[in-house]
Amino acid sequence: MQEKEIIEKLTAVIKTYVEDKGVLEGITPETHLVNDLNINSAHLVDIILDTEEAFDIEIDDESAEQMLTVKAAVDIVSSKLSA
Amino acid sequence: MGVVAPNAIGLGPFTKAIQDGLSGIRFLPEMESLKFACQVGGVPPITDDILSKYFSDLTLKQLQAHGIRFGCIAGIDAWQDAGLSYPVEKEELPNWDAGCIFGAGMSGMSVIRSGIYKVDEGKVKRLGSSLIQQTMPSGVSAHLSGILGLGNQVTTNASACSTGTEAIVLGLDRIRQNKAKIMLCGSCDSYGPYVWGGFDSMRVLCRKYNHEPAAASRPMSESAAGFVPGSGAGALVLEELDHALERGATIYAEIIGGYTNSGGHRQGGTMTAPNPIGIQRCIKGALSDADIQAEEIDAISGHLTSTMGDVLEVKNWSEALGRKGSNFPKINALKSMIGHCLSAAGAIESVAAILQLHQDFLHPSINCEDLHPEIAEIIDPDCIPRQQISIPLNIVAKSSFGFGDVNSILVFKSYK
Repeated sequence: MQEKEIIEKLTAVIKTYVEDKGVLEGITPETHLVNDLNINSAHLVDIILDTEEAFDIEIDDESAEQMLTVKAAVDIVSSKLSA
Repeated sequence: MGVVAPNAIGLGPFTKAIQDGLSGIRFLPEMESLKFACQVGGVPPITDDILSKYFSDLTLKQLQAHGIRFGCIAGIDAWQDAGLSYPVEKEELPNWDAGCIFGAGMSGMSVIRSGIYKVDEGKVKRLGSSLIQQTMPSGVSAHLSGILGLGNQVTTNASACSTGTEAIVLGLDRIRQNKAKIMLCGSCDSYGPYVWGGFDSMRVLCRKYNHEPAAASRPMSESAAGFVPGSGAGALVLEELDHALERGATIYAEIIGGYTNSGGHRQGGTMTAPNPIGIQRCIKGALSDADIQAEEIDAISGHLTSTMGDVLEVKNWSEALGRKGSNFPKINALKSMIGHCLSAAGAIESVAAILQLHQDFLHPSINCEDLHPEIAEIIDPDCIPRQQISIPLNIVAKSSFGFGDVNSILVFKSYK
């Protein structure tokens, strides 16, 4: 899967948990899910579950804890897909 | 006030519905296919359009529990109707003087069911973040506090079918104790086979009117054949009088008294049947708390479920008030139109009682053409309006009784 496709799919997953959709416009690889997108930290669990479902992968606890920025999420998904 | 009832949603449509004697009871095919003896019930006509007015897409995804949805809609409506600001921005500080006592029954039953399947399949990891907040008993008050920024006591009470009335009694106490200025009080309950199955098995639900749903709930009639299950939510903003006057709020009524007790499963009381002495003590306790005489009650909004308990309730009111025949107050049963909304019943019926008090009318108690002869021995048939009537009302009492032999009674007075 191309990185562009991964980003698109991930953005769709993340978007669900963003209350103010306006903040999505300035999204970059460094965007922090909690600090920049104001996602309720309790919902990070749901983002991980939805990501697993969207890409048909399993995200281990260690990787899950690091899924805090867009780039980290893309890297984790890429590595799981190529594993 | 706010209301989500099987026959209407929102104060305006609900007022019209109860004036017209509109039944919200429908045939429910799912209950037929699951072999329920009772195949009728009351489910509020909530649409996607209504939901989208109250909740964001994300909230709806995370809030599948029907009972909590009903409670939030009624609560938000009550808040706005009271002239309090809405929406309440996240940046605002909590309102430390405003709290919430919002009762619940099995409001998250459908969510509990899907969670149990996941756990049994070894998929506990997939439960996600929203299961607990939808299945904890206090889910509804927790959601309302977040939506409205409430900073005073926020809790959920549970006392079966007396829950809603009890919530208002508790809110009244909180304000009287000077611990809060505003209390959002009410209750909610969910619907469906998992909520209602136990009652069906107990043979307390109506099983004789599956092909005539609007006639199924028949409080005080000789042909009453068990209660019809319902669902929904009711909500009231209780406010300390001077506080309400200062901000020019609409005052529908004054709550002048309330009382809650239990019959202790003694003197004929059991888990499912009330101790009559307990009920009469509760009635007298409410009168005493309101500092009024029995003669001052103009009308009673009964618990009246369409079971044999109706006779007992009328008898208890008559004995406790020392009033009978044509001297008995007017009495009607909202359950004739919406069924028994379980934990939501007391709050929805309190909203109805206050609307009648405020607008000087009594709604018809439908399906009571054949008054039960044992009730006719106690009170004059004219005490029960079969059609809507216009009548000056000053004091209306609301009773609710629940499994566990628990009782709650409120006394509302017109505010002029």
